[in-house]
Amino acid sequence: MQLLIALFCGVLFGLGLLVSQMANPDKVLSFLDISGHWDPSLLLVMASALFVYIPGYFLLVKRREKPLVAEGFSLPQKQQIDKPLLLGAVVFGAGWGLAGICPGPAMVNLSGGDVKIFAFIAFMLAGMWCSGLISRWKP
Amino acid sequence: MTEFTPYSAIFGGALLGLSALLLLVLNGRIAGISGIIRTVLMTGDGGGSWRWFFLLGLVLAPLVAPYHAELPESIHVSWYLILPAGFLVGLGSALGAGCTSGHGICGIGRLSGRSLTATFTFMATAMVVVYLLRQLMSVLTA
Repeated sequence: MQLLIALFCGVLFGLGLLVSQMANPDKVLSFLDISGHWDPSLLLVMASALFVYIPGYFLLVKRREKPLVAEGFSLPQKQQIDKPLLLGAVVFGAGWGLAGICPGPAMVNLSGGDVKIFAFIAFMLAGMWCSGLISRWKP
Repeated sequence: MTEFTPYSAIFGGALLGLSALLLLVLNGRIAGISGIIRTVLMTGDGGGSWRWFFLLGLVLAPLVAPYHAELPESIHVSWYLILPAGFLVGLGSALGAGCTSGHGICGIGRLSGRSLTATFTFMATAMVVVYLLRQLMSVLTA
């Protein structure tokens, strides 16, 4: 059952990216380019998602001990704003700005068959793998 | 260059929020795509795990999408940019423990200070990078 729910949520998330056009890098770059003909769509996409998620979280999740079909909630416990968080966000933002693609839209674009997406994902996996080396490296 | 599309932004955004909320209410899981990919990559996570099914759903979405919500026909980003972009997105999301979905929707959605900070940081950085890139391009093509 949990697997079917995950599949359904994946499809729904992908549809959200497609309908909102966030799977289109041009649309994302037009948001990030504040010096040009600015397109605020991405901001509205995020606001709309939060408009659903925030009340849902406080009404349906926070009051419950456990989720409806699983044993427990797996939520991040960390609260400290540390160096890896800030460094990671800067590095991620630089990559996002270069191409206008983040992990979700990359997955959704796979079936388009553009070889650039395959290359993007291959390099993304390489980057994730390298982060393991960095976090193990203690000078 | 694209035009502001408020209705599709609101509707699509609501679908994103609904999907992430359902995954949390039903399965107790965070819809953080970089984290899902990383866990699958690093641990294999067993062939039958929910993470594989979520990723499969993302890949299949365009096949069930209505005709006016299709994929872009081609990716306009040049090879010189897309490869370093992929690498930095992978590295940064792994170091910073999240991307646009995990921090931007699920994290801010739980009013997490970490996620709010991360989202502002990567958004501002991306805007600066786009600005510098456009300036550089206009110098090179002048």
